[in-house]
Amino acid sequence: MNLQNIIGEIEKTDPEVYDKLDTRRNVMKQFRTMGSRIAIAAVPFALGSMFSKAYGQPAGSVVLDVFNYALTLEYLEAEFYTKAVATAGLIPAGAATGAISTIRDHENSHVAFLRAAISGAGGTPVTKPTFDFTAGKGLGNGLFKDVFTNYVTFLAVAQTFEDTGVRAYKGRAGELVKGGALLTAALNIHSVEARHAAHIRQMRKSAGHNTTIKPWITGKDSGIGAVVQASYDGEDLTTQATINIININGTGISANAASEAFDEPLTKAQVLAIVGPFIV
Amino acid sequence: MVTKHETEPAEGKIILSQKQASRRNFLGYAGAALGLGGIMVAGTSCKKGSPGTYFEVDLGSGDAGILNYAYALEQLEAAFYTQVIATQYSGITANETALLTDIRDHEIAHREFFKSALGAGAIKGLEVNFSSINFGNRDSVLGTAKAFEDLGVSAYNGAGRLIASPDYLLLAGKIVSVEARHAALIRDLISNGSFADSTVIDGNGLDTSRTPSEVLAIARTYIKTTIDESHLPS
Repeated sequence: MNLQNIIGEIEKTDPEVYDKLDTRRNVMKQFRTMGSRIAIAAVPFALGSMFSKAYGQPAGSVVLDVFNYALTLEYLEAEFYTKAVATAGLIPAGAATGAISTIRDHENSHVAFLRAAISGAGGTPVTKPTFDFTAGKGLGNGLFKDVFTNYVTFLAVAQTFEDTGVRAYKGRAGELVKGGALLTAALNIHSVEARHAAHIRQMRKSAGHNTTIKPWITGKDSGIGAVVQASYDGEDLTTQATINIININGTGISANAASEAFDEPLTKAQVLAIVGPFIV
Repeated sequence: MVTKHETEPAEGKIILSQKQASRRNFLGYAGAALGLGGIMVAGTSCKKGSPGTYFEVDLGSGDAGILNYAYALEQLEAAFYTQVIATQYSGITANETALLTDIRDHEIAHREFFKSALGAGAIKGLEVNFSSINFGNRDSVLGTAKAFEDLGVSAYNGAGRLIASPDYLLLAGKIVSVEARHAALIRDLISNGSFADSTVIDGNGLDTSRTPSEVLAIARTYIKTTIDESHLPS
């Protein structure tokens, strides 16, 4: 990737680009420093960060806050699956271990990607918290104290993490509006979390943990129980942008289908309250 | 249909009277801001219909154009699953019928939502072409479903950055994760465990995104109505 050529191309279109960024010399210096300092995957973010100053995209501080928030959730998921796969006897061999290993690898990739992106945008990745996957705030005896010894509990927590993750990304997408590559990257992680959620829900169904659960969220049913209800409250919405989806335009769409067809966001405060017990 | 240029003079002016400048603009700003991926995309996404080409549907510009783009894709998906349920493939299980019926209803809900949200600005109903699909055959139906769902996910993922309104961006987000759930399920029906395999997820754990032109290049196989996406934001 030749950064100088790109800047040259922009200069042809907008001769004042350097005024908007910095002096030509400083811009080139920044590019050279970036190029040697950060992973290639993060170069678009470094560029995005520079151009956001010039062309009115989301402020760097907002982007960094959203990405560090995402990183915290990805740390949680990555360590959760890494520990689970490493725990002998927890996950049945074969398809189940294969699927959880695939998910583990994605979550670890997300951690690495977000860390590089944050560094590339000039920020500092948050450090990984200490987690207590029993939701015991470090005491190891929370609501899910058998999370790594009971497969039923493990999958229930996994489903909740995935469905919550999907809602968490959605809840902050608006802050990245017009965010170019940054927004696209966040969306490209968001849909992977949704694929994970769908598969884990199918795993719970085929293992007989919940024979009626679907890959999508019906109403605000967790399919697990009251202990995780906060992750599902609000999913039963059947009106979108003031349009009632139930029987929309006489199509006979049911309330269940209307709620399933749209996943709902969670605010940062809601998500932090949900994951709080898992963080020491 | 009437395009949205009248209501968005600044953008329309560039497109209508300064096509070449607009193209440079795209290659310059958008390409650079997107980095590597953006540059490569730009090289293939600037093909426009030759002058005088007649399109039956113009998606329009701005956020309304993106909503019409989504409406077009949801029309395609809804029509497909409606046919899947109307003429079920041989050997279909009760579980598969229930899941595919759910998906049909979700896609109809999406389609009707966009139709209502766009109101008078909505494009017309599209005519589909499913001649390449054997609806009596499980492999053909699920293979097409997989292609449509993965395409839909990549379309919404790619369109996000083209949306100016945070509210519309959130709505797209509400839908894309449901499409991703569909994609995962369909893939697992074909081959359990393929819900997020390396054909759609890259080495950074990221899903696929496509530009409107890339998406429509694939979707056009299944749509008879000719569509002009050249006025969409880029």
